[in-house]
Amino acid sequence: MTIFPIDKIRADFPILDEKIRNKPLVYLDNAATCQKPKAVIDSISHLFEHDYANVHRGVHTLSVRSTDLYEGARKKVKQFINAQSEKEIIFVKGTTEAINLVAQTYGRSNIKAGDEILITAMEHHSNIVPWQMLCQQTGAVLKVAPINQQGELMVADFEKLISDKTRLVSVVHMSNALGTINPVKQLINMAHAHNIPVLLDGAQAIPHMSVDVQALDCDFYAFSGHKLYGPSGIGVLYGKQALLEAMPPYQGGGDMIRKVTFEETEYNGLPYKFEAGTPAIAEAIALGAAIDYLSAVGMDTIAAYEAELLAYATAAAEKIEGLRIIGQAADKGAILSFVLDKIHPHDIGTMLDSLGIAVRAGHHCAMPVMDFFQVPATARASFAMYNTVDEIDVLMDGIKSLIEVFG
Amino acid sequence: MFDDLRDLYQEVIFDHNRNPRNFRVIEDADRKVEGFNPLCGDHLTLYLKLDGDKIVDASFQGSGCAISTASVSLMTEIVKGKTLEEAEELFKQFHEMTTGEDEDIQLEAMGKLAVLAGVREYPARVKCATLAWHTLDAAIKNQETSISTE
Repeated sequence: MTIFPIDKIRADFPILDEKIRNKPLVYLDNAATCQKPKAVIDSISHLFEHDYANVHRGVHTLSVRSTDLYEGARKKVKQFINAQSEKEIIFVKGTTEAINLVAQTYGRSNIKAGDEILITAMEHHSNIVPWQMLCQQTGAVLKVAPINQQGELMVADFEKLISDKTRLVSVVHMSNALGTINPVKQLINMAHAHNIPVLLDGAQAIPHMSVDVQALDCDFYAFSGHKLYGPSGIGVLYGKQALLEAMPPYQGGGDMIRKVTFEETEYNGLPYKFEAGTPAIAEAIALGAAIDYLSAVGMDTIAAYEAELLAYATAAAEKIEGLRIIGQAADKGAILSFVLDKIHPHDIGTMLDSLGIAVRAGHHCAMPVMDFFQVPATARASFAMYNTVDEIDVLMDGIKSLIEVFG
Repeated sequence: MFDDLRDLYQEVIFDHNRNPRNFRVIEDADRKVEGFNPLCGDHLTLYLKLDGDKIVDASFQGSGCAISTASVSLMTEIVKGKTLEEAEELFKQFHEMTTGEDEDIQLEAMGKLAVLAGVREYPARVKCATLAWHTLDAAIKNQETSISTE
């Protein structure tokens, strides 16, 4: 195993000391949301105890402090994903809002009846429904690139679906239901060969690997703070500056304007044009604290450690008779989705919970993926940097025991 | 190992999950209603054969978790021979038992169905137990051909 400061990292996450049903918590629902380090928790209480006021407003000291912290967080995000400019970092509620923003601004102004939007068969509902809504509004058509039995995108079919009618490609970077990491650089090159912009849904990918939006050359990148060890209610839409400049605003209100009269309104510049109303100030600042924490550990170090966790978990799961892993892509992040013969995922979830183990049981907001694998739901163990091999042992022992109980 | 769960997963539930009763289609059913729980993907089809207002046969098809399978299996056993009105009354009692609205409910009076009272302590699982009964309620009222818990 890599030398990874696991004990120090675990000590940084206060909730890991919780007892669940009198047993040590084994938190394996990180793909739904992950737990927060003390640095993130402290940044929120410190803000409210010392520095809090509204941002981009008055001249008073606290407003200046809050504004500096909020804009400082934007700078941290810019560096974390290697954007060219802070103007390209739009704070939103989360990945869902980011995708809806692109659909309703870029989409509404560039996509018309008969045009096509291309997604994949492994998308989360948040990268399906906003496009379906846009298609209903415009008469555009949603195209879906297929996946194979391993849960991998069929890249040749994806390329064939790119046509002279395609106006936008929106693809998940890493699947929340399967763990598949898509060859996004290759997909972006294919789309760009036809001058088609690409949005990446990075909600799952961002906590597991280093992301460089310039190296990827993606046109939009969306992610949520709460899956990146930060708070919920904050997320990021990265967009190339030229695209964002040309897009109309998303919502109207305060902060997104330069000058308002009853006759007309002059919009603010980037990134504020897309940030109407008082933003999630504390959440953005705490996201900045999460990014500081992750940068200190190192995303590549985290990725290497989690790859070992996944390999260990996969090998152990494959030894359990009656267990079927859903999602066996060659390139995969730290997610183990599985089903058991004759035992419903909800029973698995309740039984494991009684042992202190938190897993997700359900369709993972990816019903089309469940349909493809012909299962109503799966149980999903998803790992984070604070999980351990010992916890995986506890999970596997739990699974073996519940198989015995069900007989 | 699963001592904490003894109230929820009683042996009767495992038994009905392994060997569901009345798991078949009634070809000439008088009532046929589908029930869905979109949150977990459970779905079942309930069939009732009536003689006047008396349920002379009940059966189901579908798939779900152990709680939901045991619940519908037990239900099809119990409603056989009951009138629609009696079955409706049982639905109300079952609903009260599983949602815990009536603390004083007499579990003895619920007979075999009392094995499902444990879901009260597991709010995330109440709908698993009640899906069958909401489907029965729709079948009795005979107004809809499918229902959803959400």
